[in-house]
Amino acid sequence: MMTILLLFLPLLAALVVLLGGSKHASSIALGLAVAELAVTAYAINVFQTEGPEAFYVFHTWIDSPKVSFHLGLDGLSLVMVILTNLLVPLIILSGFNRTIPNAKGYFSLILLMQFALVGVFMAMDGLLYYIFWEVALIPIYFIALRWGGHNRVAITLKFFIYTLAGSLLMLFGFIMLYWYNPEQSFDIRELYTMVISQENQSWLFWMFFLAFAIKIPIVPFHTWQADTYRESPTQGTMLLSGIMLKMGIYSLIRWLLPVLPLGVAKWGQLAMILCVIGIVYASIIALKQKNLKNLLAYSSVAHVGLIAAGIFALNIQGLQGSVVQMFAHGVNVVGLFFCADIIFNRTNTNEISELGGIRNLAPLFSTMFTIVVLGSIALPLTNGFIGEFLLLYGVYEYNVWLSVFAGLTIILGAAYMLRMFKKVMLGQPSSYVPEFPDLYWNEKIVLGVFVLIIFGMGIYPQPIFNLVEPVLQDILSHSIL
Amino acid sequence: MTFLGLMIPLLPLLGFLVNGLLGKYLPKGSAGWIGSLSVLASFVCVLLIFKDLQAEQAISIDVFNWIALGDFSISFGLWIDALTMIMLMVVTGVGFLIHLYSIGYMHGDEGFTRFFTYLNLFIFFMLLLVMGSNYLMMFIGWEGVGLCSYLLIGFWYKNEPFNDAAQKAFVMNRIGDLGFLLGMFFILFHFGTLDIQTVEQLAPGLASNGGLIMIITLLLFIGATGKSAQLPLYTWLPDAMAGPTPVSALIHAATMVTAGIYMIVRSNVLFALAPDTLTIILWVGVITSLFAAIIGLKQNDIKKVLAYSTVSQLGLMFVALGLGAFSSGIFHLVTHAFFKALLFLGAGSVIHALHGEQDIRKMGGLKKLIPITYITFILASLAISGFPLLSGFFSKDEILAHAFEQNKIVWIVVAVSSFLTAIYMFRLVFLTFFNNFRGSDETRSHIHESPWTMTFPLVVLCILAVLGGLIGLPAIFHVSHWLNTYLASVTEPSAALIHHGDGISHGLEIGLMCFAGLAAIVAIYLMYRKYVMQKAIPESEESQQGFIKAIANKFYVDEFFENAIVNPVFKLSEWFGTFFDKKIIDQIVNRTATTITSGGQALRLSQGGNTGTYVLAMVIGIVVLFIIRLLI
Repeated sequence: MMTILLLFLPLLAALVVLLGGSKHASSIALGLAVAELAVTAYAINVFQTEGPEAFYVFHTWIDSPKVSFHLGLDGLSLVMVILTNLLVPLIILSGFNRTIPNAKGYFSLILLMQFALVGVFMAMDGLLYYIFWEVALIPIYFIALRWGGHNRVAITLKFFIYTLAGSLLMLFGFIMLYWYNPEQSFDIRELYTMVISQENQSWLFWMFFLAFAIKIPIVPFHTWQADTYRESPTQGTMLLSGIMLKMGIYSLIRWLLPVLPLGVAKWGQLAMILCVIGIVYASIIALKQKNLKNLLAYSSVAHVGLIAAGIFALNIQGLQGSVVQMFAHGVNVVGLFFCADIIFNRTNTNEISELGGIRNLAPLFSTMFTIVVLGSIALPLTNGFIGEFLLLYGVYEYNVWLSVFAGLTIILGAAYMLRMFKKVMLGQPSSYVPEFPDLYWNEKIVLGVFVLIIFGMGIYPQPIFNLVEPVLQDILSHSIL
Repeated sequence: MTFLGLMIPLLPLLGFLVNGLLGKYLPKGSAGWIGSLSVLASFVCVLLIFKDLQAEQAISIDVFNWIALGDFSISFGLWIDALTMIMLMVVTGVGFLIHLYSIGYMHGDEGFTRFFTYLNLFIFFMLLLVMGSNYLMMFIGWEGVGLCSYLLIGFWYKNEPFNDAAQKAFVMNRIGDLGFLLGMFFILFHFGTLDIQTVEQLAPGLASNGGLIMIITLLLFIGATGKSAQLPLYTWLPDAMAGPTPVSALIHAATMVTAGIYMIVRSNVLFALAPDTLTIILWVGVITSLFAAIIGLKQNDIKKVLAYSTVSQLGLMFVALGLGAFSSGIFHLVTHAFFKALLFLGAGSVIHALHGEQDIRKMGGLKKLIPITYITFILASLAISGFPLLSGFFSKDEILAHAFEQNKIVWIVVAVSSFLTAIYMFRLVFLTFFNNFRGSDETRSHIHESPWTMTFPLVVLCILAVLGGLIGLPAIFHVSHWLNTYLASVTEPSAALIHHGDGISHGLEIGLMCFAGLAAIVAIYLMYRKYVMQKAIPESEESQQGFIKAIANKFYVDEFFENAIVNPVFKLSEWFGTFFDKKIIDQIVNRTATTITSGGQALRLSQGGNTGTYVLAMVIGIVVLFIIRLLI
């Protein structure tokens, strides 16, 4: 019951907001998203006492082909659901004090997105998971298309087709898995234990990997991303970068490693090398970006490249690091895009060369922005450090030289972020920044919560480790032969 | 004592939180006292522990389990032993004096509260660095002080070059930090723990694997070169002088930059097991100390002279470590903290009196106008120059004696750079304080001695700079070397691993001391003749030629890095961003899509609706399948 509520409350909320009219759309959406967060908090409580069994839901849905409505909430899913349900109300709140045309549609789509995301993280049946995965694409497509920037039409279409192409490969992969499965079903328990020849796993590896690599994105499948992040409205960018790309990373852990261990054994090394090249490549590009949102997009490519690399390292440190870093990156990247939005809101520009001197005009904003930047460059005692430390250590265990190369991110990351911060915030005010009102109340709350999470997780990350440790050990036991 | 131990870092953290969160609600100027007193309270805790803690004892405090997963766990733990105590006294003691000084120095600055917030945060991280019981804890402090250094170098953030200097310091330190991080990975992987004491105990067992220990120590040393400004990662430190002068005294002279020395002494067993690494450290130290001393000869900015002097003195400390004389390195670290902090604060007092003027060519004749600053400054200069019986004389002499014993070439180079120290210091002293004032009359009429909050720290540090040598009197004075005895529990395990000679004879040692003392006096006389009697003033940059010009331009090292690394990376960034990403990768994606689209359009033509065509296609298909079937 709890599981069903957790999943369908956002869908219901989307309907309510749509019917409720635009005037109070944002407030209603926020209220319902907070309600969902409260349900999540209760779910954590139940999880602590009763364990994942309390969330098991299984109904036969379609007889032939056998598709079941199978939901579950283990530690890994729970962490992802917490991330989603924590970020969505903050994302909604970040849209307060902004003029958004047709607000009811906008906020309704955000909640619809939340529904699909929660579904992706809880689905334990391959086809059900695939359906949620595709459903998640629809609201974000419309958000970007309807509320985006000048070049939105072409860019959104490219994003849509590109990710859809990847998804179709995955659908094909699932159909193949269904055939290979003697039980003829998509159920995750069977997919984890079934035996598939290495040759077949090799094909399947690429079908799944491409779908996930485009979504994450891993270099060289990233070219849709910077444009889409820049042209989407802020809340869309936040959803994309904060949560949606985590679908891909989560799926690597949940579906790719344990279902296709032989495929990973054969091709994982290549994937790892792509990830590590991507880290350095994207970091170098970020150095000279002229647009703030573009810079953040490339920085995000570098960060998620490291997360994916930690997964392909196939050890517990790398996996733990990837989960912690998914959470941390979700918070930090949404925080960074929000800061970019705050700047755009006051100056109408995100061109780095046109900014400067904000530090003096808005001290509170500046302090909070600094802290988010510090989290992003993985300063110890912020949330970014724990993950980066574990990820790099995971890569080190896999291969020393790769970790040296991947480790360049700590130098380059500091270089591009501090360079950006210097040009945007410090120095003398530019002509685009004659005045700069400090944070409004909603901005204070959103950034304040982020700051608390940044330090809280950085100082005491252990609860997350404890939640996911059994799941990750189980997944490792399936993925290493 | 656990409670006191916890209070040491927590009090400055509390000061940071109060000033940072509530600063704007507090009366103006109270931030300075909150900041200073929190560090003073921390210093008192240190003294209370020092009173009770025997030299061979240690306190271990596990605050909580920080990271526990898989088969390793890393605790959030503190460790206080003799070495920690020495560092704690320097950090909180000198730290407090510099806080106090800053109340006067930063008076009236619009960022007064912010300054003390950062300064307290720095003390907190520095304390974590020296108190951390494992390498990851040390790394928290390590990166944390780097952050504070960044914030304080760029404290006046409206000034673009200052921001550049801050950013350069952070990024260059990160290069070293990557070395540190990788060193930790090797330790964690091969030792299964990051706990320093455990690693030190296990290390001799892994010594047969000499290559491994060498890699670990080299990586840690790379970290040390970044933080402690050694070749080739030293160029950030002179630029770091952009920060307010108390910051230069505290962070860029007395405490943070000595973190690398501390780290190596902390891991002395590891390093003692890697003689090749020690040799590398020795030569990096030797070259840095000479190189920086030469550059210091031709600088005209009072703080730049002191900055290069710091690089050179840190090099000297690394020489000591490279020779395996770990406690001598700490001895010089301590005396250097006294006299270099004093020199910076004195320079700050001069700059304060001259309303921001830093060019020594525009100073002169200040000795009567700011007498306390003058007297303390000249005593500190004598101490750093190795004038007999002052603190620097003893600590430097100890390193020279070790060098003489082990390697005569090292001894010669270090003796030369010591001689140069006296030269550049007294060039500075005479140009600043002697003869007549060379600035404008307008400036001269405003020159005044600094308030007591500034002069009091000068006097206390001056006493320490003069008498600091007492903690390490050599054997010829027929007293025991207190510091060596006190640190014995820390350095003894490595002493057994390093082959030390029998030491040099007392007669030879006295001879060496006389030689060094005499050299310092000669250097001072030479400078007196040139800058006081002949009233020479450094020539302007344009008239310099050849080697002198190269020195004044710091041997073009910055330009070299700029052209060899920074610019190529930026070029690569532009090429990747505008060409490779857009024109190659993205075009492949787009072409793939258009190929599929046009392919679809081509295929559409085949679906013309003509039944005959379909039948033909079907027949061909069947035939093809039939042939395939036959062949397989």
